[in-house]
Amino acid sequence: MSFQPIKFYQTGTFTVGNRLLAPEERSVQASDKRYNSINSGHRACQGCGEALGARYAIDAAMEATQGQLICANATGCLEVFSTPYPETSWQIPWVHSLFGNTAAVATGIAAALKVKQKKGERNPAIRVVAQGGDGGTTDIGFGCLSGMFERNDDVLYICYDNGGYMNTGVQRSSATPPAARTATTMAVGSEPGNAFGQGKFVPAIAMAHEIPYVATATVADLRDLEAKVSRAMELRGARYIHILVPCPLGWGTASSETIKIARLAKETGLFPVFSAEYGEQKSALAIRQKLPVEDYLRPQKRYAHLFGKQPDVQVIAKLQALADRNIRKYNLLEGL
Amino acid sequence: MDKPFAITLDPGSSLANRTGSWRTFKPLYLDRLPPCNAACPAGENIQGWLFHAESGDYEAAWRALTENNPLPAIMGRVCYHPCQGACNRQNIDSSVGINAVERFLGDEAIKRGWAFPKPANKSGKRVLVVGAGPSGLSAAYHLARLGHEVEIHEAGPYAGGMMRFGIPQYRLPRDVLNAEVKRILDLGVVLRLDTKVSNIQDSMQAGQFDAAFLAVGAHIGKRAFIPAGDATKIVDAVSVLRSMEGEDKPMLGRRVVVYGGGNTAIDVARTVKRLGASEAIIVYRRTREKAPAHDFEIEEALQEGVMVKWLSTIKQAGEGEITIEKMALDDKGFPQPTGEFETLAADSVVLALGQDVDLSLLDGLPGLELKDGTVQVNQNMMTGHPGIFAGGDMVPSERTVTVAVGHGKKAAHHIDAWLRGETYAPPPKHEIASFDKLNPWYYTEAPHMVRPTLDIIRRQSTFEEVQGGLDENNALFEARRCLSCGNCFECDNCYGVCPDNAVIKLGPGKRFEFNYDYCKGCGVCAAECPCGAIKMMPEEN
Ligand SMILES: Cc1cc2nc3c(=O)[nH]c(=O)nc-3n(C[C@H](O)[C@H](O)[C@H](O)COP(=O)(O)OP(=O)(O)OC[C@H]3O[C@@H](n4cnc5c(N)ncnc54)[C@H](O)[C@@H]3O)c2cc1C
Ligand SMILES: Cc1ncc(C[n+]2csc(CCOP(=O)(O)OP(=O)(O)O)c2C)c(N)n1
Ligand code: SF4
Ligand SMILES: [Mg+2]
Repeated sequence: MSFQPIKFYQTGTFTVGNRLLAPEERSVQASDKRYNSINSGHRACQGCGEALGARYAIDAAMEATQGQLICANATGCLEVFSTPYPETSWQIPWVHSLFGNTAAVATGIAAALKVKQKKGERNPAIRVVAQGGDGGTTDIGFGCLSGMFERNDDVLYICYDNGGYMNTGVQRSSATPPAARTATTMAVGSEPGNAFGQGKFVPAIAMAHEIPYVATATVADLRDLEAKVSRAMELRGARYIHILVPCPLGWGTASSETIKIARLAKETGLFPVFSAEYGEQKSALAIRQKLPVEDYLRPQKRYAHLFGKQPDVQVIAKLQALADRNIRKYNLLEGL
Repeated sequence: MDKPFAITLDPGSSLANRTGSWRTFKPLYLDRLPPCNAACPAGENIQGWLFHAESGDYEAAWRALTENNPLPAIMGRVCYHPCQGACNRQNIDSSVGINAVERFLGDEAIKRGWAFPKPANKSGKRVLVVGAGPSGLSAAYHLARLGHEVEIHEAGPYAGGMMRFGIPQYRLPRDVLNAEVKRILDLGVVLRLDTKVSNIQDSMQAGQFDAAFLAVGAHIGKRAFIPAGDATKIVDAVSVLRSMEGEDKPMLGRRVVVYGGGNTAIDVARTVKRLGASEAIIVYRRTREKAPAHDFEIEEALQEGVMVKWLSTIKQAGEGEITIEKMALDDKGFPQPTGEFETLAADSVVLALGQDVDLSLLDGLPGLELKDGTVQVNQNMMTGHPGIFAGGDMVPSERTVTVAVGHGKKAAHHIDAWLRGETYAPPPKHEIASFDKLNPWYYTEAPHMVRPTLDIIRRQSTFEEVQGGLDENNALFEARRCLSCGNCFECDNCYGVCPDNAVIKLGPGKRFEFNYDYCKGCGVCAAECPCGAIKMMPEEN
């Protein structure tokens, strides 16, 4: 476990805050002085998991650096809904460049800061974060990202994984899960939806670079997410956090269910929540109540073709096998 | 224009973009009625006082509790806690030990000497309360706090009613009872002991009372015809228990048979056992499942060595022995005689077959309506005679201390309005916070704290209190098991989970507010509110 659980305070560690806890025991999000790095008025869809995840993560990074943060942002929903010229929701120094080069832009900022620090022109406390969607990270930006990792540049890269190119109309990415329907993996033919056996899980690839820190998180586990960001900010060098952020539009879920769906992804084991340092797994957020994958799939329209008149038991079993493998591989039942 | 290359506008803030206009559903904060509150016959705001206890502010908790019920130390011992039967936490692990926390608060108040605030204004009206049982005491308390001058006329030598002359000391120590009675009298309530009201209208006239609340209870033990020789002693349970409070303890012999299956039968049998009887046998005509006594009380009696003959009736009482007939339940579940007999050694028989109301003080009262030996009251607790109200065991209802206290409070509000020529309309009830309104994910498992029990040897030979209380740590823990059903407990979830920062945190004790300029109506806050204190409503247009 990445943080100290609080026991028996009515809701333990699960709620955002709790009036019975001392302020320092509450989450960053519970504070009325949180940074609100991304302000109201952004144009994200109702119930957008990405907007929420970005505020959770960047507020935590701001807290860890006491506001000394520069952020590079890839093209994607997060950039488009937050910053339509001439408005922006960002209340932090924020740079947008292109869809595929965010890691490189952040590397450049980190390098410039290093030079300026050497010259004594800049406060050495200033840190750099890069962020993008799964498309911008696992597909088009992957070369820049891998380079940033292997050079061990002093950047925290955060990927908001909503399983597809949502901003351009829900196309498949290499992070789209098997069987999910997207505009480019239609629910037609003998194997409807996204193919099994393709795509990639970038957290594992990041671990293979043996960088100081790799973690996954979801918007349903705020304490864990904040603890991971703050751990990442304690370290220098290349760090990577991959956050699962449900997309009501692309997944076909009710806007109110964003957190519930993320929770189900974790509780079924389909999305493993863990952390690793220098290539070795360090923690796993234990499943509280193990649930069958069906509980996660059924409420999402992108899997509706699995639940016609006859549920597609074979495909569901294949997805269950993926969840079971995650549970084994990352020790999700016992936790770490 | 001294802007950098290619820049023509200053960056503007997205706050200019009022996303609230997207909304088709609107979140609203609300208070739903916790099921415990809904189930409390005394109308306590249980969730409300637990809220204060959770933060360790026991005095605030006690004050919130006593807004409705002035007898928490008593309730925490004798109440059958229907609240716990309704508690939503049963669906997670087990009910909150509401009764145990209530007792802790009651005991804490006695220990610390907390007093009720003195009424601010005097109404100049005088109200007579007849009977100092729980119902009369509760009415007197509320009437006094509403500014009326209250006099209680009590036939007996002490206040408390069945709490003193029925409920044995091993369940309700008398110092606890005395302390809670005294606190009510300290409000300026006048208590006249040994003052039996024999005619209500005369007493009202003599004391120039503007209204009266009758709470004389039900004290006449029901008899059953049992052919008996002179040698067998047959007495009724209420007088046995009553004599426990006097100088001369009842003399019932070594082998005592108690006839009946209610809580009174259990209390008598347990009392007799403590007085040194070698055998205390309950004879009851139906089965344990059908007995009106609470199962936990039967269990406690059995632990103490009380024996029970289920499915049996007493046919005859003779010299040192009685004859009982075995019964069998018919298809409809009624006991029928079988013709099989058995004899039991018995020095005396105690009848615990229920009580009737002594209505003699109402003889000749115009307008009064009686039914099955009880006094009929309307929904305002008023009898057919204007200005005379009644409650507790003497009106048709469940006969418990808690119901009696609830009647007293309800009657007090109606008497207060009636004295001003008005009618009292209780505030409308909120919808129930049923379990499906909660998000149980957020609550952690927390085992129920169990109260200590006196060792069995002392339970068989002394009148020491059987059930102990929680200490501060346990009580705090137990209070914090409350889910706060339907009422915001400031967990910050709505504030945290809003993707649009459209929830404003107002600070400790002030809860939250929506910023409808930016709220898009996604409903995440309502879905993730642990306690069901947010509701989504369709927008008007
Ligand atoms: C043995 C026993 C055990 C019980 N245990 C429990 C329990 O554990 N929990 C629970 O909730 N309930 C219990 N009950 C029931 C409970 O005690 C009664 O329901 C409750 O006391 C009724 O309250 P009351 O105020 O209506 O009447 P009472 O408590 O009976 O009080 C009436 C008072 O009026 C006085 N009075 C009567 N006539 C006159 C008159 N003419 N003039 C002046 N004064 C008069 C009486 O002396 C008495 O003090 C028990 C009852 C018995 C008999
Ligand atoms: C080089 C390039 N190709 C294509 C695009 C169009 N485009 C903009 S956003 C986007 C998809 C972004 O997907 P992802 O990175 O997963 O972010 P999301 O919108 O899902 O949050 C695409 C294809 C672009 N801006 N630049
Ligand atoms: S959890 Fe608390 S508020 Fe809910 S029913 Fe139980 S005691 Fe009442
Ligand atoms: Mg995406």
